[in-house]
Amino acid sequence: MHPAISVIFFTVTSGAGFGLIALLGLGWPMRDGLVPAFLVALLAGGLAAAGLVSSTFHLGHPERAWRAFSQWRSSWLSREGVLAVATLLLFAAYSLTWMFAGVRLTALGYLVAALALATVLATGMIYASLKSIPQWHGVLTPLCYLAFSLASAALLAGAAGVGADLSGIGVAWIGLAGLVLAWAIKLAWWRRAGAIGFSATGSDTGTATGLGKLGRVRLLERPHTGENYLTREMVHRIGRKHAAKLRAIALVAGFAVPSVLCLIALLGAVNLAFAVAALSLAVGLFAERWLFFAEAQHSVSLYYD
Amino acid sequence: MTSLPARTDKKLGLAIDLDICVGCHACVVSCKEWNTGGYGSALGDADPYGDTPEGAWLNRIHTFEVTPPDAPAQIVHFPKSCLHCEDAPCVTVCPTGASYKRGEDGIVLVDESMCIGCGLCAWACPYGAREMDPVAKVMKKCTLCVDRIYNDNIPEVDRVPSCVRTCPANARHFGDFADPDSAVSRMTAERGGFELMPEMATKPVNRYLPPRPKARAVQEAQPNGGAQAADGFLGWLDRALERLG
Amino acid sequence: MPVQAKKSESRLDTSPAVSDEIRRTTCYMCACRCGINVHLRDGKVRYIEGNRDHPINRGVLCAKGSAGIMQQYSPARLRKPLLRTGERGEGKFKEIEWEEALALATQWLGDVRRKDPRKLAFFTGRDQSQSLTGWWAQQYGTPNFAAHGGFCSVNMAAGGIYTFGGAFWEFGSPDWERTEMFLVFGVAEDHDSNPIKLGLSRLKARGVKIVGVNPVRTGYNAIADEWVGITPGTDGLFILSLIHELLKAGTVDLDYLIRYTNAAWLVIDAPGDADHGLFARGEDGEALVAERATCALSSRKRAGVKPALKGRFALADGRFAVPAFELLAHKYLDEQYAPEKTAEATGVPAEQTRRLAREMAEAAFQREIVLQRPWTDLNGERHETMIGRPVSFHAMRGISAHSNGFQTARALHLLQILIGSIDCPGGYRFKPPYPRPVSAQPKPHGKGACAGEALPGPHLGFPEGPEDLLLEDDGVTPVRLDKAFSWDAPLSAHGLMHMVIANAHARDPYGIDVLFLYMANMAWNSSMNTSGTMRMLSDKDENGAYVIPKIIYSDAYSSEMVAYADLVLPDTTYLERHDCISLLDRPISEPDAMCDAIRWPVVEPDRQVRGFQSALLDLGARLGLPGMTKEDGTAKYRDYADYMIRHERRPGVGPLAGWRGADGGKVGRGEPNPDQIERYIANGGFFREHVPEEAAYFKHANAAWQDWAIARGLQDKRVENVFQLYLEPLRKFQLAAEGKRSPQPPQTHRERILRCFDPLPVWYPPFGDEGATAGGFPLHALTQRPAAMYHSWGSQNAWLRQIHGSNPLFVPGAVCDEAGLADGDWAWVTSPHGRIHVQVKRMEAVNAHTLWTWNAIGKRSGAWTLSADAPEARKGFLLNHLISELLPPRQDGLRWSNSDPITGQAAWFDLRVRIEKAPAEGGVTQPQFTAQTNPVAAPSGPLTYGKEWAS
Repeated sequence: MHPAISVIFFTVTSGAGFGLIALLGLGWPMRDGLVPAFLVALLAGGLAAAGLVSSTFHLGHPERAWRAFSQWRSSWLSREGVLAVATLLLFAAYSLTWMFAGVRLTALGYLVAALALATVLATGMIYASLKSIPQWHGVLTPLCYLAFSLASAALLAGAAGVGADLSGIGVAWIGLAGLVLAWAIKLAWWRRAGAIGFSATGSDTGTATGLGKLGRVRLLERPHTGENYLTREMVHRIGRKHAAKLRAIALVAGFAVPSVLCLIALLGAVNLAFAVAALSLAVGLFAERWLFFAEAQHSVSLYYD
Repeated sequence: MTSLPARTDKKLGLAIDLDICVGCHACVVSCKEWNTGGYGSALGDADPYGDTPEGAWLNRIHTFEVTPPDAPAQIVHFPKSCLHCEDAPCVTVCPTGASYKRGEDGIVLVDESMCIGCGLCAWACPYGAREMDPVAKVMKKCTLCVDRIYNDNIPEVDRVPSCVRTCPANARHFGDFADPDSAVSRMTAERGGFELMPEMATKPVNRYLPPRPKARAVQEAQPNGGAQAADGFLGWLDRALERLG
Repeated sequence: MPVQAKKSESRLDTSPAVSDEIRRTTCYMCACRCGINVHLRDGKVRYIEGNRDHPINRGVLCAKGSAGIMQQYSPARLRKPLLRTGERGEGKFKEIEWEEALALATQWLGDVRRKDPRKLAFFTGRDQSQSLTGWWAQQYGTPNFAAHGGFCSVNMAAGGIYTFGGAFWEFGSPDWERTEMFLVFGVAEDHDSNPIKLGLSRLKARGVKIVGVNPVRTGYNAIADEWVGITPGTDGLFILSLIHELLKAGTVDLDYLIRYTNAAWLVIDAPGDADHGLFARGEDGEALVAERATCALSSRKRAGVKPALKGRFALADGRFAVPAFELLAHKYLDEQYAPEKTAEATGVPAEQTRRLAREMAEAAFQREIVLQRPWTDLNGERHETMIGRPVSFHAMRGISAHSNGFQTARALHLLQILIGSIDCPGGYRFKPPYPRPVSAQPKPHGKGACAGEALPGPHLGFPEGPEDLLLEDDGVTPVRLDKAFSWDAPLSAHGLMHMVIANAHARDPYGIDVLFLYMANMAWNSSMNTSGTMRMLSDKDENGAYVIPKIIYSDAYSSEMVAYADLVLPDTTYLERHDCISLLDRPISEPDAMCDAIRWPVVEPDRQVRGFQSALLDLGARLGLPGMTKEDGTAKYRDYADYMIRHERRPGVGPLAGWRGADGGKVGRGEPNPDQIERYIANGGFFREHVPEEAAYFKHANAAWQDWAIARGLQDKRVENVFQLYLEPLRKFQLAAEGKRSPQPPQTHRERILRCFDPLPVWYPPFGDEGATAGGFPLHALTQRPAAMYHSWGSQNAWLRQIHGSNPLFVPGAVCDEAGLADGDWAWVTSPHGRIHVQVKRMEAVNAHTLWTWNAIGKRSGAWTLSADAPEARKGFLLNHLISELLPPRQDGLRWSNSDPITGQAAWFDLRVRIEKAPAEGGVTQPQFTAQTNPVAAPSGPLTYGKEWAS
């Protein structure tokens, strides 16, 4: 699949944003007061909203984007839109009462948290629901999205929050746990994706053409000599070396560096360490997300390779 | 609403005969010329005379080489357009309701005025049947020439998809697969017509009729009595001429 | 979930208006000439579909035809006459007015005609108005006219006409309804396009076996039930091997052979005599046969004669003669034609050859067709039935574009005739006006061209012996610039267009003043040795003048050839013009009907362009050519449409056969009808007159057919058509080469004539094969025309160029493995003449020694109004660069034309090469050329054709 920058940016930032909204809704301790609350709310909401806005950049007709709220009964993309807006609206209410009344409404917070996580889940489900892309089609995909969302959020919360522990558990350990969990899921995802090919569905050029009964099937000529929307969008080829390099970047920037920073946070300078860790994770996630698309094989490629 | 109809009255679709398709692209271009001035926006062509010409097409022919284990390799020309699936994943993923499947005949369409050009339906389609128009930036797909098949301005005999109307080898057949007695249903039954990627569980309506086996039993025959007698061809000639009188 | 009516569904208009008007005319996206319905909306072309009533395509239409919209609105259309301002080949022009252009052309052509009309070489390409252009050239008086047949398929046409008065495609077709077995040799997609596809689908519907004989298994060969992956240039050997098997099994139709062929004619057996190998003739000049019962000699024409097919019979002068059939049987029963012996050369396993021969015999004789349809033959004998031998064939350039193509075509027809399948139910069927044997064809004309005078007859014809050649008085020097009808190519019935530029440049046999070309992309894909041809066109002499002094070219589009012209006359598109698809020319009849058709301007040109034929008639009038000028010196014809109506080639017989006579009631013969074109338009652009049932088969011997054809002006008298298994004219050339007959060929030519001019079909290796393997060129290379692209025209077409914007070289898997080549790798392909740098694609379904690619996809940078770095120029390529118009020098320095020695047909597919892996070298094909300047503006921005009609 073609790794579109706007979509990569969207999934990374909005994942982090909605994750942070969820943690805030769950009551992650923050400095109270108008300005600190505003800044934290802005960070969470801004990341979520920026992601949403950037996702419209890849639309052919962004001016009609409002129509995307209509099909929530069948479409995960529509659900994501509805949930995202609902989350942001309620989060706004939550933030405003927090900012101006100094109160964090627990029930509303839980609702906001649930909606935010549901939004991230919906994002993951957009991909997971596509049977045509076997690497994405599975429960690990939404888990990955959720886990990275929460891991990013934990680092951001650690960077913006107060205190070094949460109900007696060191924030650094929470961040570290988030990272370990998320990357464990991702490693499982990678393992499955690397092994799966089209084996989950049994698809190959033979089933794609129905000619497999006759013998070995191979493409001789593409229908048109130039590229087309399908080949550019879905028959993306990525070099093995290139993929390995990006995977290394993802792991170093997304796991090793933030993990070390979490450990450093144990020694103090919690906020700064976490801020740097969150940034590093974001870099790693850009690489991870790029690979998420670039390495995914769409069954259309069976007709074009 | 991008939910699928529970059932459709008809299942209109194509039966494509791979045994006779010579890969001439007639259907491909006829489709383009009909649809660029018909349903929805024009089928755009970016950079038409430049280095990277790229247009939207609703039907394309791939060429595959099939190598049987015990026979020389053969070529199969393979036209592909929307299969108008019963469980069309392209429809259910659409966030705006632009994509829909018609209840009366099962044709899958895109209402372009509602399409935001997100491309998700093209991702959801396992077959590559949908293409984003490079100019109009809305999703294009085979309409089964919905603006021909019911069109009172066209002679009745021509109320078939443009690709079917034009195919010089008669490799494309249009009809109702819900009717077991329709021509397409019968030829599918007789010829062992198959679905593409049934494992995707999309329940495509279109069917492909497989290439017939290439080898045929040889009938040994020695008509005219044969010439391999002791006196050879010229002896045979004498006898044969005698028979002529 | 309930079935839901959607809002959008209710908005959907399933019955929109399609067009304001439908105009029916004839397609010209290739040479097939299908009927098309052009839907017009707001004055623009909305949609083009096949005309269901039309005899050629019956409603279907190919990719090219449907892409006609893009041809009509191509940005490469020329807009106004052009006068060269830069150097030849640069493409720099200024636009001039038509009056200036025609005055200049008149001056150039008039000067030549007054001094020496030979100095005009007028050659036309893929046009369909050779009846007019040939007549024009005849009135002008130059011997140097031909169309493109010489580089296309003259072997097929001449091989057929000389053998049985027909050929494939425009001459005849398989009996699709009745045939039981169909073999197709060397056909990619075209010639002809839609009728073959329609026919194949009918065969498939009946379960009739289709056998494809072709080195490449694409297109028709892909759907064939059996594929014969033959080695290029060996079809003749394969066919003779089939004949060997048929003879051995005695599966030949002796009754048919005796009735319709010269099998029984006696051939003089007197080695050393001047008539050895000619037919023994009686005093009336008729060939003699021997009575089977009595051995007495008799005229072949004596009623009731029952001739012998074997034996040795004494002639009156004491010498002996043998029936042609015995010579034939001896020749092909020889073990050299046994399938085991031919298998190595042809690549066809012996078992397959044997089995196919058996299947053919089984279909022909066990599945004999008997139609209860009485008919009378030319001898007055009534037959109660029509007997069919339902095996049919089609063949085209794959067998004809070799230096052994004439004899291969003859071999194929011999095979058809031996099983009795010519013009019988289920076999091959003639299309009106055919059959037309050599005796009903003109002889070539061109000798004695005089200043200011017309030639006495048409240029192109069918010589029956050395005496009919067009040679100067020395008996050696060719009259024609292309050396047609000379010792180089005695039976070159279509000329040798591929030699015109090379010979003009070499001034061999003489230099010319004006080269006048129409619709022939000679500066690119229509020439062998493309780079060399481009050089010759722009080469200058010691005085700095161009070696070919003046070039006039007419084309509708900004082609590669335009860049080399001095004066360009812009033609219209096919939708903007009048044309006639005439029975005098290249007809579109079907076996059951005589047909012709017109084109008419269904769209008005928006540029200052004129149909070439109208411009040519205008030039003819300005030059005062006979037939084109009234007594008062003014033009006889207003334009081509006027000519189509009023011109009479013979009294009452004109370009169009339909609706003749003052009231349009006459067919074929009749005075001109001023409303004729309107009648054609009202009928969908074509005319059709059905052949009576009694005349439907055995036309070569059918009295009803002959009388019907005479009444309709297809011929003027009954014509006997005896199939020439043994082709006596070839023997006459051999006798000349033996020094037994005059004129005699030069010593250089004698060995070749003796070897190749066998009066019985013979196979010899293509000339390109000589020493090829030993010389390091072990592989064959050839092109196929893609179904969706016709020559160079297609690349300007925004839709077709997306399908074929570049071409790979397809390489057999084993060759890839040996050369270390994988898909997308680059390679050098080298021939004795040159080398090209191309990208490869592995393929298995191909003859193991054959590389191939799609034809004419590569373009010169800047041509056809494409961007300079268009894939056609950077990734596309031509094989033409590897093919020389001359064979490598012989020991004595002589270089033969790379052509068939009998007809002069360009031997495109004789090409031998080797392949080596190469670096990508910038990822472009080689050779590359400097971009030509485009005389018409290049467009920008995307294309959204038809957006105004969106619903």
